[in-house]
Amino acid sequence: MTSETAQAPQDSDQNNEQNNAPIEDKKAIYRELTWQGLWKNNPGIVQLLGLCPLLAVTNTVTNALGLAIATLFVLVGSNTLVSLIRHHVPKAIRIPIFVMIIASLVTCVQLLMNAFTYELYLSLGIFIPLIVTNCIIIGRAEAFASKNNVKHAAFDGLMMGVGFSGVLLALGAIREILAQGTLFDGVETLLGDWASGLTITLYHTDTSFLLAALPPGAFIVMGLIIAFKNAIDHRLDNKK
Amino acid sequence: MAFINASSPHQRTYRSTTQIMLWVMACLIPGIAIQSYFFGFANLIQISIAVIVALLAEAIILKIRKRPIINTLKDGSALVTGILIAIAIPPLAPWWVAVIGTLFAIIFVKQLYGGLGQNIFNPAMAAYVLLLISFPVQMTTWLPMESLHPFSISFMDQLNAVFTGHTLDGYTVSQLTVSIDGLTMATPLDTVKNSLKAGLTTTEIFDSAIFNASSSQAILWVNIGFLIGGAVLLAKRIILWMIPISFLAGVTIFSFIAYAYQPDLNGSPMFHLFSGATMLGAFFILTDPVSAATTVKGRIIFGLLIAFLMVLIRNVGGYPDAIAFAVLLGNMCVPLIDYYTQPKVYGGRA
Repeated sequence: MTSETAQAPQDSDQNNEQNNAPIEDKKAIYRELTWQGLWKNNPGIVQLLGLCPLLAVTNTVTNALGLAIATLFVLVGSNTLVSLIRHHVPKAIRIPIFVMIIASLVTCVQLLMNAFTYELYLSLGIFIPLIVTNCIIIGRAEAFASKNNVKHAAFDGLMMGVGFSGVLLALGAIREILAQGTLFDGVETLLGDWASGLTITLYHTDTSFLLAALPPGAFIVMGLIIAFKNAIDHRLDNKK
Repeated sequence: MAFINASSPHQRTYRSTTQIMLWVMACLIPGIAIQSYFFGFANLIQISIAVIVALLAEAIILKIRKRPIINTLKDGSALVTGILIAIAIPPLAPWWVAVIGTLFAIIFVKQLYGGLGQNIFNPAMAAYVLLLISFPVQMTTWLPMESLHPFSISFMDQLNAVFTGHTLDGYTVSQLTVSIDGLTMATPLDTVKNSLKAGLTTTEIFDSAIFNASSSQAILWVNIGFLIGGAVLLAKRIILWMIPISFLAGVTIFSFIAYAYQPDLNGSPMFHLFSGATMLGAFFILTDPVSAATTVKGRIIFGLLIAFLMVLIRNVGGYPDAIAFAVLLGNMCVPLIDYYTQPKVYGGRA
């Protein structure tokens, strides 16, 4: 598959050309960004970026959802800010500046989660501050946001974030079902007490399938999801 | 007149994969027989479950991959994998333990890598590790040997226990693990590990009632059974001497070093050689032609490496038996070992 470094500059070049063209088709750009973020260049299963949090916190859907929302927020925020200041940043020191913007946003998220979803904050632990080092965020800032206008950058951040969240949630759901037979266990720590009814118990077991909750299970399920995605692509190619 | 110019060797015995696998299965018989004698026929039930699941899983995956089904099944490699998994599982473990393990071994460890000859890891051991990590309780409830049972357990009892978790009289498997002295049964390696944690020395442990209830005698005999089978495999040249000999020598040396250093805290070489799955591992698992090293020097290094890891994990690690972990770690090193031990071609440059 295409790698981040190979794909992203091409994207932005294409988009720049499209921007320069006299507003040929605005919708096409957004459609392309959506397609890239959600499927073709999905940060989770195609670019394989941000694997550390992806594999570490997806033992339940709730944890996955918490991290997904946090990452999504940071990604949209950083893309917007980086795009806003893109003409004022000297090339030589752009990376430190991007990192500072991202770090500030992550600090905001961390404080917010500490204040409003304390239990989830505890269960995600080190992986909230680690969003700073998530390659997806710095990657999109460098490859896309620093070269495109604010609207496109924010939309790209949103789509990349949603794509990443989709993978997080799928992984979290599969692992939680395998390990505990439930879905949305502990969701009240994220959404408040009203949500405690959302927990779905699919089956009850005395002996949980521990492997699915452990890191090796994350790698195996992740591999299966990637294989599934490739199989679909393959089938679509064959049809053409 | 045409002379056929072929290089040596000129006389060869040709064995197909099927023949090799049949020999392996035949040589497993003494060990399995002794294990069933001491721990009950449930062992054979587990073997049948694992074998059926292994063949079905292999057939289904081959169907999906559009490969020849009957010819591949005939090679018997799936059968051997199933049998090895079943031997490693406690006889009265629930049926789904064997099913999950075998499915994982065949589908994930073997076929997803490309089938026989392509897998990096030993399927049986990868499955064992998966089961041990996922279901620690089921995977460590070994029954006391039959003569130490407080109740007699018939074949039907065992069949029932495997499929429902209860004997016909309603005893649960965990009740059955209590031996005639009222001591909860564990394997010898388990007992040593737990007693060492409790502050006993090895001499005290080997004299204690718990250790004698832990069917150390039975495990010793099972190991001897696999040793006999392994010796036949060696004599028939199904497996070569390098891996088993270097592994057993390694176990002796490394466990002796630990034993000489702290005899109170480490088992003796004899204990390590004849407990757990040492002999099964030495002759039947390490020698898997697919996932083991292939050069002569490489095989010796491979055996020694696994021996070292096994003694290390047994003495210091958290899990009682270590063959499976050591084999998987050894499998990971195989490409590296093979790369650095390639023999030089005669006349070629170093």
